[in-house]
Amino acid sequence: MAVAYKRPHAYCDVPTHYCPGCTHGIVHRILSEVIDEMGIEGDTIGICPVGCSVMAYDYFNCDMIEAPHGRAPAVATGVKRAKPDSYVFTYQGDGDLAAIGTCETVHAATRGENIVVIFINNTTYGMTGGQMAPTTLPGQVTQTTPFGRDTSVQGFPVKVCEMLSTLSGTALAQRVAVDSVPHINEAKKAIRKAFENQKEKRGFSIVEVLSTCPTNWGLSPVEALDRLRNEMIPYYPLGVYKDVNVREEGKEDA
Amino acid sequence: MSERSLMKGNEALAEAAMRAGCKCFFGYPITPQTEISAYLAKKMSANGGLFLQAESEIAAINMVLGAASTGTRCMTSSSSPGISLKSEGISYIAASDLPCVIINVQRGGPGLGGIQPSQADYWQATKGLGHGDFHILVYAPASVQEMVDMAVNAFDKADQYRMPAMILADGLLGQMMEPVTFPEIKPMEYDKSWAASGHKNKREHNIINSLFLTPEVLENSVIERFERYRKIEETETDAEIYLCNDADIVVCAFGATARVAKSAVNLARGKGIKAGLFRPKTLWPFPVNELKDAVKTAKKILSVEMNMGQMIDDIKLATECKIPVSFFGRTGGVIPKPMEILDKIVDLGGDI
Amino acid sequence: MAKITVNFERCKGCALCTTACPKKIVAMQKEKRNSKGYYTAICTDESLCIGCGMCYTMCPDCAITVER
Repeated sequence: MAVAYKRPHAYCDVPTHYCPGCTHGIVHRILSEVIDEMGIEGDTIGICPVGCSVMAYDYFNCDMIEAPHGRAPAVATGVKRAKPDSYVFTYQGDGDLAAIGTCETVHAATRGENIVVIFINNTTYGMTGGQMAPTTLPGQVTQTTPFGRDTSVQGFPVKVCEMLSTLSGTALAQRVAVDSVPHINEAKKAIRKAFENQKEKRGFSIVEVLSTCPTNWGLSPVEALDRLRNEMIPYYPLGVYKDVNVREEGKEDA
Repeated sequence: MSERSLMKGNEALAEAAMRAGCKCFFGYPITPQTEISAYLAKKMSANGGLFLQAESEIAAINMVLGAASTGTRCMTSSSSPGISLKSEGISYIAASDLPCVIINVQRGGPGLGGIQPSQADYWQATKGLGHGDFHILVYAPASVQEMVDMAVNAFDKADQYRMPAMILADGLLGQMMEPVTFPEIKPMEYDKSWAASGHKNKREHNIINSLFLTPEVLENSVIERFERYRKIEETETDAEIYLCNDADIVVCAFGATARVAKSAVNLARGKGIKAGLFRPKTLWPFPVNELKDAVKTAKKILSVEMNMGQMIDDIKLATECKIPVSFFGRTGGVIPKPMEILDKIVDLGGDI
Repeated sequence: MAKITVNFERCKGCALCTTACPKKIVAMQKEKRNSKGYYTAICTDESLCIGCGMCYTMCPDCAITVER
């Protein structure tokens, strides 16, 4: 017998601080698998700003930078512009990317920065204990929306892929989920495509990953997957919102 | 090959940065420093560098954080309100031990203030450029030539000590034209083995980080940084001392204000008043020993600044409050006149 | 012929792998906790394992290795 599935090299062999069932670990692994499969670990620089994944610098074997809250796309811009031949990714949560860092996100996208943005949307601020995020669903109870998110008071969730798909610099805007094996495989393909875009200098690629936060949702890890499927996906439809490969070639890359 | 040319302070500084090996510039438009951006936008790419206009001051300083993380010489430039916006990033850069150069061509404040020259960011630059325990190197040029020389030096010192360095200029220096000579640049090699530039499968991964959740670990990292600061305080101070050997009154002034103050000192000497000038060229570290030497014969000190007296505390501390310190300043963008300063010197000289 | 190995110390007992196994042979044991206090996943019948890797794919902690 030979080993068929094991930890990718780009994913450090250390225990993570994530809660049981937190899907960060799944996304870390498929991202690492893509880095391994493309053989780019030595040229990759990852940027993790504030959020639950702030300590991801200890989990990826490539060079890593910890960035201020929301500023990862700006930091990534500095890295990529200084080292254009490197592969640069950011790994950001919803509060980071779609609240405090919206400006940096939108402008990195519209400049067509050749970077990959992995966007973890779990509809809550995980690290600070479950407050309302820009992506919190209408009616969702959080620490700061104890009676449910009232859209007449707290407004509406930000649909990031839809928004960024309108920008000319965006090469790929795709929403995926990690609630099931087929969806995880789809998510990995999207991340691969994002890195291929960077290789081909096609512009800004964002992969939004619908994820869970069992702890702050007050659900078991398995129940959290159900919520992702039953409540999040209907509000945040999965799919490709923009893909320049499709636009340019009339068909999607294989 | 050194050539002499007539240049605006902001443009001379930009040219000097490029010659010093600055490969990336990230900035956002703000008066009165915009010539730096405009100059670099024209020249950077031809010199193998990058100019990028950021979407905000905050983005610009974080782009600097990114470029600096790769071990690339980089710079950002702004003016007072813009520097406030950058302060978060500067704190992270200092905490991550990254070298970079930051230009502040000061204007009047607080708030949106005005667009005329000011020195009202002395406290901010030397004491509080962001949250947490840290310092940055602060250089105060007083001529277009010093804009050039200090910019070149700032890149070297930033690399040597792995920390941000600031050129604290003002609108007067930024906008004035003077002849300058560009020094020959001696390329120095600095250890950049810490940089996050891709490990090429040849080393362990590097981490650029400012997060330490264990209090003792964070404390140790801050203590290590402050040990470096102590060495800098011993070795990196610089000041101009003018006519202080026999001075009764030592005028303390930095930056463009020192030029006006020097005229006033000369006028005072003409009136038989023994006045001298002490001009700190480094504001952090403050040239404590140089000032002690300068005031050996002094009975009075007069601090002249384009603010409400932000340097007075440093002067008092350096001189251990042994000599009374008076103050004359204009603020809000008003430039002090030599005669105003002379009047103050004469007032002080009256009872010596 | 295939088998999975669960890293006893790395498993956080989230049970996501149990939802992924097409053969329903990945389950949570309730007898022994690891040093962090978690009951961990086990394979209940190795003879049925087809080495498909679905449990590996679903595991957030990279605690499962698959051989075949």
